[in-house]
Amino acid sequence: MSLFSKQNKEVFINPLNMDHPILIQVLGICSALAVTSQLKPSIVMGLAVTVITAFSNVIVSIIRNTIPNRIRIIVQLVVVAALVTIVSQVLKAFAYDVSVQLSVYVGLIITNCILMGRLEAFAMTNKPWPSFLDGIGNGLGYAMILILVGGFRELFGRGTLLGFKVIPQALYDMGYVDNGMMAMPAMALILLGSVIWIHRAYFYKENKN
Amino acid sequence: MSLRNYLDKLRPNFEEGGKLHAFKSVYDGFDTFLYVPHETSKSGTSIHDAIDSKRIMSMVVIALIPAMLFGMYNIGYQNAMAAGKLGEATFMGMFLYGAIALLPKIVVSYLVGLGIEFAWAQWKGEEIQEGYLVSGFLIPLIVPVSLPLWMLALAVAFAVIFTKEIFGGTGMNIFNVALAARAFLFFSYPGSMTGDTIWVEKEQIFGLGYTLPDGFTMATPLGEIAQGAAANASLYDMIVGLIPGSVGETSVIAIAIGAIILIWTNIASWKTMLSVFLGGGAMALLFQSTGATPLQWYEHIVLGGFCFGAVFMATDPVTSARTACGKWFYGFLIGAMAVIIRVMNPGYPEGMMLAILFGNMVAPLIDYCVVQSNINKRAKRAKM
Repeated sequence: MSLFSKQNKEVFINPLNMDHPILIQVLGICSALAVTSQLKPSIVMGLAVTVITAFSNVIVSIIRNTIPNRIRIIVQLVVVAALVTIVSQVLKAFAYDVSVQLSVYVGLIITNCILMGRLEAFAMTNKPWPSFLDGIGNGLGYAMILILVGGFRELFGRGTLLGFKVIPQALYDMGYVDNGMMAMPAMALILLGSVIWIHRAYFYKENKN
Repeated sequence: MSLRNYLDKLRPNFEEGGKLHAFKSVYDGFDTFLYVPHETSKSGTSIHDAIDSKRIMSMVVIALIPAMLFGMYNIGYQNAMAAGKLGEATFMGMFLYGAIALLPKIVVSYLVGLGIEFAWAQWKGEEIQEGYLVSGFLIPLIVPVSLPLWMLALAVAFAVIFTKEIFGGTGMNIFNVALAARAFLFFSYPGSMTGDTIWVEKEQIFGLGYTLPDGFTMATPLGEIAQGAAANASLYDMIVGLIPGSVGETSVIAIAIGAIILIWTNIASWKTMLSVFLGGGAMALLFQSTGATPLQWYEHIVLGGFCFGAVFMATDPVTSARTACGKWFYGFLIGAMAVIIRVMNPGYPEGMMLAILFGNMVAPLIDYCVVQSNINKRAKRAKM
């Protein structure tokens, strides 16, 4: 099977739209609500999850035939935990501010439902390359929503994007005020709900049977 | 009956195939607002009450009018008092000033809310629902007078879409729409919803009223108490309503007139109303006896949004508990919770909004427990 066969392409594309981890499967919500108050941590979190999902998928896929079935969850957790530790250390070394902002949520990637879901549902039964694509696809799908929600919340909650002032001062002088509720996780839930709503209205066909 | 004839003449345009068919829901909405629905059931025997939900809504709006009129007067009164010109200000002058200050808010609230309702009904091909009539009137009455109009518009849009339409429209909402709008404002723009600079209108409007200095501050009595000071109003002022506060909430007397109308026409449940007062009074007495609050129990009830919330918000038939027994629990919970928030949380001088939203949330649970306990009781009786 070639590297970019139709099947492999589907493995990569599906989680970005019709099998989206957040929009369709509604997984990984807690971290999506917690870290999206600004754009920068959202991007970093999205990337971290993408990297960890992809590589844990690959590793588990490589050793899938040697994992005893009864302790497979433990083995998967060890793999994920190792990767999370690496990512967390890298973040601390190169992007300390963001790692402080993300606080426990980097460590909590271990318990991210998307990760465990992909390992169980895909990596345990597929070859390393499709597993890698699947991990990247799911990670990017997750990152996509985080960036969308994070950007929206930072823009309307603080008037900035990535820390730069985007909403002009003239608007503030006219009486515009940043929306404090955008900084609260409650608004993230509503925004996420709206994104899911719009997505379903346009793409999702309800299974009629 | 010329209006009736005129509407009938227009009707064919909106029927299937007419050139304005796309706006059928708008036409229906106006028609049934002015008169009564044409459709009657085609089969079987049905008993209709003469009063439908549109008439109920209109009655609530009528009950709100005393509070609104007094609110207008109070806006002018507060402005004149703050300027120290109470002696020379006339009654009509103060009332007109308040009316002009409040009117844009009512207009914006209705324009945005009804606009969304109409657009939604058009989009879904449904009839226009009348629920916004009351919400649109309530929202301007529960915000401070100096709230910018764009914030109001945003809050109305948020409340109508996210607490009403996505749950299925009028009659399906879990939370009170007007309070959801206020909660949105409260959490989004705390600078414009709480504090001591927002309760008095500071600008002259069309030459009426007085311009106040920028740094002028005037807290609500509850705000003063939360700061540790004594209440800045006499009991007489608190009951008549000549205190700073959200537009419609200050006057106990005006609200009492509304309450009498609502109870007399059997629209609002007196059980809910009474139990809210009982809950608030009991909780305030308890706090008073432990020394946690400097206020008398009756001051807790006449201050802030307590009366307004008890009469117009907690009794909302859609979001309140529906079982007769559940209404007592629901009301008591709201009253008690409002006083608890006031006393225990120093950050929130007023707790009525959050208490009612909390009550809305647990109302289905209360109903479930009441129904279930009734079933159990009867099952036990059947066994014996």
